[in-house]
Amino acid sequence: MERLLEVKDLQVSFKTYAGEVKAVRGVSFHVDRGETVAVVGESGCGKSVTMQAIMRLIPMPPGVIKNGTIIFDGKDITKLSEKEMEHIRGSEISMVFQDPMTSLNPTMKVGAQIAEGLIKHQKMHPSKAREKAIEMLKLVGIPNAEKRVDQYPHEFSGGMRQRAMIAIALACNPKLLIADEPTTALDVTIQAQILDLMRDLQKKLNTAIIIITHNLGVVANLAQRVLVMYAGKIIERGSLDEIFYNPRHPYTWGLLMSVPTPELDKNKRLASIDGTPPDLFAPPVGCAFAARCEYAMRICYEKYPEDFPVSDGHSAACWLLHPMAPKVKPPVGKGVTL
Amino acid sequence: MVKYILNRLLVSLITAWVLVTIVFFLVRLLPGDPFLSEKVTPEIKANMMRYYGLDKPIHIQYVTFLQNLLKGDFGYSLRYKNRTVNEVIKQAFPYSADLGIRAVIFATIAGVTLGIIAALNRNRTWDYLAMFIAIVGVSVPSFVIGPLLQYVFATKLNLLPVSQWKGFSYTIMPTFALSLGSLALMARLMRASMLDVVNQDFIKTAKAKGLSPFQIIWKHQVRNAILPVITVLGPVTATLLTGTFVVEQIFAIPGLGKFYVLGIQNLDYSLVLGMTTFYGLFLIAANFVVDIIYGLIDPRIRIAK
Repeated sequence: MERLLEVKDLQVSFKTYAGEVKAVRGVSFHVDRGETVAVVGESGCGKSVTMQAIMRLIPMPPGVIKNGTIIFDGKDITKLSEKEMEHIRGSEISMVFQDPMTSLNPTMKVGAQIAEGLIKHQKMHPSKAREKAIEMLKLVGIPNAEKRVDQYPHEFSGGMRQRAMIAIALACNPKLLIADEPTTALDVTIQAQILDLMRDLQKKLNTAIIIITHNLGVVANLAQRVLVMYAGKIIERGSLDEIFYNPRHPYTWGLLMSVPTPELDKNKRLASIDGTPPDLFAPPVGCAFAARCEYAMRICYEKYPEDFPVSDGHSAACWLLHPMAPKVKPPVGKGVTL
Repeated sequence: MVKYILNRLLVSLITAWVLVTIVFFLVRLLPGDPFLSEKVTPEIKANMMRYYGLDKPIHIQYVTFLQNLLKGDFGYSLRYKNRTVNEVIKQAFPYSADLGIRAVIFATIAGVTLGIIAALNRNRTWDYLAMFIAIVGVSVPSFVIGPLLQYVFATKLNLLPVSQWKGFSYTIMPTFALSLGSLALMARLMRASMLDVVNQDFIKTAKAKGLSPFQIIWKHQVRNAILPVITVLGPVTATLLTGTFVVEQIFAIPGLGKFYVLGIQNLDYSLVLGMTTFYGLFLIAANFVVDIIYGLIDPRIRIAK
């Protein structure tokens, strides 16, 4: 498979009055053409910042990309001018945001919002862009698209707005779609519809998707590969099966254990990971998860673990994988019912 | 949209009726009568009262007034002999309206522009400069700025005519003096609104679409930010059209202001009533138009009852 995106040692900080927040601390990953990669992790672990850095949507200042390269389709995005970036945004990389209620312009017809990108990137005539907008609305499963195209966002339901957002994002047939928690703000039944839609469209258009989520159900539904992020670093990566059936990092174990299952005993408490993530003003020298990890050893506090390969494409940054580490039996791994 | 307009129209009519009624009775509550200052005998005074129908019971007067009003007739002035209120308004109002409308247009265009400039250069020189102008505009009243302008531009620099209303160059200083306060208000409002909108999610969406900063600002930011400004356009139009009195005095413009003030001093019932009603209806109409414009710009308003 051909590489579409290659991120190497990306570091993003925010300069605040209180000091520098190191939100992303050296993230490397890649995305191939047409595949779906999920990025999971709790709030504040740097998932969204990483993705916004790829689109150069981080407000600068206070944000700074301190280090790293982002090679997209052969170009280093960190080195492009703002003008060149405009031609990539919406045309080659698109983004769907979390809250469809506020992500559409309330004073503009939905069709016009879809057409905007087409007019800009494909130099389409407005009337032709309108036709294409109707086509896109049909594609994302909005009935009565000829009528809907001239309606305003407040006339759409939440699920329909997210469909419209997807239509906007896919209008110019981008090579990469970044979906930042696209289902978080939606009802559960609508979530399933949106996920189905994204999967169908990916098959049709062969768009690569990066999906940011903290919902492992979404991951299992959509992704082929999973990146687990914690405190601004990727701590485990692997194929969907490897992450669900053979996880190696204690944080991944914790995430998988805290998924509620139908078999869960009423009297048993839902498992959670104790403690809070570290302060990114002053991240620890060693493993950022050590303070919350029940398997933590002395070295975990002193030195950051390198990526230990488990199998081809599967690796985890944990000292437990060192040949000299004590053997620990993972509490999960036979697969989680979602 | 039709339902919305009809709804607004009904509300406007009710407002107009309430206004007319309140003013009618308030004027009568003032002590004295229109012929107090004239040295006339009680018999002549009674004759005049009878002539103008002021001796009839108040509710009859009210009904007559309303009937005439529906015909668009404000009656005779009690002081300016043989002149109807309609004539007075017809003669003087065009000057006031001209000045007021110029001021509204100038205040809106300059205020919004200033606000946009300030917001786009937040916490930089242009922002501070624009907001300094805004603060001066709010705090310096027109009776200070008016003479000051006259002194600088007419007396010292000899650039503009000092007073009167005879052509474009005569309109510049009065328009500026009248609109400065509203201009400042709109500039501050627009700036705050722009800064609020820029943090909205849909701006990020617009940016993610790859639009240029110019497109984002004009098509997404300004259009949403201008809504609060349009809301105050009604009251601002009201302030500027009715607030021309002082400026008219300073620049010797033959507008309605003079008649209004004298009308109140002389208890010229029909003149005061007529002019108040006229202004009131004018403002209600202005607000009505603004409501409709608002509905056109923000589609969400249309269905909100």
